[in-house]
Amino acid sequence: MALQYLDFEKPIIELEQKIEELKTFNLGGFTDVEDEINNLEAKKEKLIKDIFKNINSWQITQLSRHPLRPYAMDYIETAAENFIELHGDRRFMDDKAVVGGFCFMNNERVLIIGHQKGRNTKDKMCRNFGMPHPEGYRKAQRLFKLADRYRIPIVTLIDTPGAYPGLGAEERGQSEAIAETIYELLNVNVPVISVIIGEGGSGGALAFGTGNRVLMMEYSVYSVISPEGCASILYKDTSKTEEAANSLKLTAKDLLNESKVIDGIIAEPLGGAHRDPKLAAENLKKAVLENIAELKKYKGEDLRNQRIEKFSKF
Amino acid sequence: MLLFKSKNGKKEQSKPGKVSEGLWIKCPSCSEIIYKKELERNLEVCPKCNYHFRIEAEKRIKMIFDDGSFKELFNDIKPQDLLNFVDTKKYKERLKEDAEKTGLSDAVISGVGKILGIAAAVSVFDFNFMGGSMGRVAGEKIARTFRYAIENKLPVIIFTSSGGARMQEGIYSLMQMSKTVALVSEFNRTGMPYISVLTDPTTGGVSASFATIGDVIIAEPKALIGFAGPRVIEKTIHQSLPEGFQRSEYLLEHGMIDMIVERKNLREVLKKMLTLLINE
Repeated sequence: MALQYLDFEKPIIELEQKIEELKTFNLGGFTDVEDEINNLEAKKEKLIKDIFKNINSWQITQLSRHPLRPYAMDYIETAAENFIELHGDRRFMDDKAVVGGFCFMNNERVLIIGHQKGRNTKDKMCRNFGMPHPEGYRKAQRLFKLADRYRIPIVTLIDTPGAYPGLGAEERGQSEAIAETIYELLNVNVPVISVIIGEGGSGGALAFGTGNRVLMMEYSVYSVISPEGCASILYKDTSKTEEAANSLKLTAKDLLNESKVIDGIIAEPLGGAHRDPKLAAENLKKAVLENIAELKKYKGEDLRNQRIEKFSKF
Repeated sequence: MLLFKSKNGKKEQSKPGKVSEGLWIKCPSCSEIIYKKELERNLEVCPKCNYHFRIEAEKRIKMIFDDGSFKELFNDIKPQDLLNFVDTKKYKERLKEDAEKTGLSDAVISGVGKILGIAAAVSVFDFNFMGGSMGRVAGEKIARTFRYAIENKLPVIIFTSSGGARMQEGIYSLMQMSKTVALVSEFNRTGMPYISVLTDPTTGGVSASFATIGDVIIAEPKALIGFAGPRVIEKTIHQSLPEGFQRSEYLLEHGMIDMIVERKNLREVLKKMLTLLINE
């Protein structure tokens, strides 16, 4: 089985194991052991804080792909009520790398569209590792139009290594599907909030990324190419991945403060979203609802024009 | 992402049509040795196998527009190295080298001109400048081409030849995709036509943005057109690709483009198309 933690998380995991052991041992509730546990818990918190204080771009990239990181459906489960998933592009198939459906967030009706990755091997295959075919994008377009017609705000959850580079995908117009999705999402007359929850991989991510507000979870990334791809193509040296990650300026901080491509960062729980998925989802929900409330002040046509203007500037 | 490198490609198909020094040139498609003057007279198309060589933006403009009618626009936009990007070379150096090599400041020439008497705003990619990759300059020039056309009530024609987004500009390059699409969407409100002409090669961030949402999409024969490059696909699916995969003819068959037009007929077809679509 693949490791469920990253290299730099190892000291944390070891400490956690020690705490677990003590807890098992201490079913009798001895106070001195209890003290030791509390002591270690405090140590753990400090350790995590120390590790995360100096975290680099490559480590953040790894976190964005963490095997335990919450995926779109995990966020939907916590942040949304009465989610009803809708399927299919009405042309060829239902792409399981993209999920979409209507739901409530508090009392707000929302359309959520997201890339969906799989947790175990079978699930990963089924979701195609979160890499959509054209049909995923066309399903999204179909649902964008419905939301537009019903005046329902759109929330996109971005988490993909990229659109799938395969034979069938090319045959059925992967390029056109992405271009048309960008076009449709830019042109709806409802609020659009895009949130990068994990990997924001190139055009496949951008297709869902043209919101009135673009937000990133603290340890997500957004880039024109993966650090690995960049290292192999530009540096011609696959060992330069870390350097490439740094050069690409792909972290939420880089994108908010330097290139100003995004509008806000959603804080993650200490140690990353996977350490407390519920809290991560609550934070996301809060940010999304605040932004929707602000955007609802505008007329539909104004929202569309704001989006066009915003993305014309880069 | 940029899927094709402008030089040192291993496969023959990744560096076709590079007109080298000397009087003769070998056709990358049929290996025929062609006299360069003859190739030029034939619009850079192999007289034996009809292979369409990649051509410089300047040559394209000369071929398409009525003599003396083309006026270059937005020439003052120059590339910047906002990320201070260094790979095996500094991005600044790459820009300088390719500027010297091509005489261009970036991969796109924009302007306005007449095709058999019909005025159009136009942008033309030049593959020789960093593989025709789209960074902020290319994206901005495309955007301004559409804006200029909106303000002056003109149709738009864009000739693409690009490996995709320019990696050295990172996220800024990615944002050129949404920018160009935003401008297409604004332009579509004018009722003027936008014709996209795909030439060899058109892939990645260029094919996945403005290039594939033209009102009419024309391709030159045998041009490589796709989202991912063939090498990336082969590596992903672990099987070799069918003959003619991602070529214009394949795209036409699969309903992705409207027509394939040979270079020698391009002016005539563009003129006819524009005449039919423009409501005077």
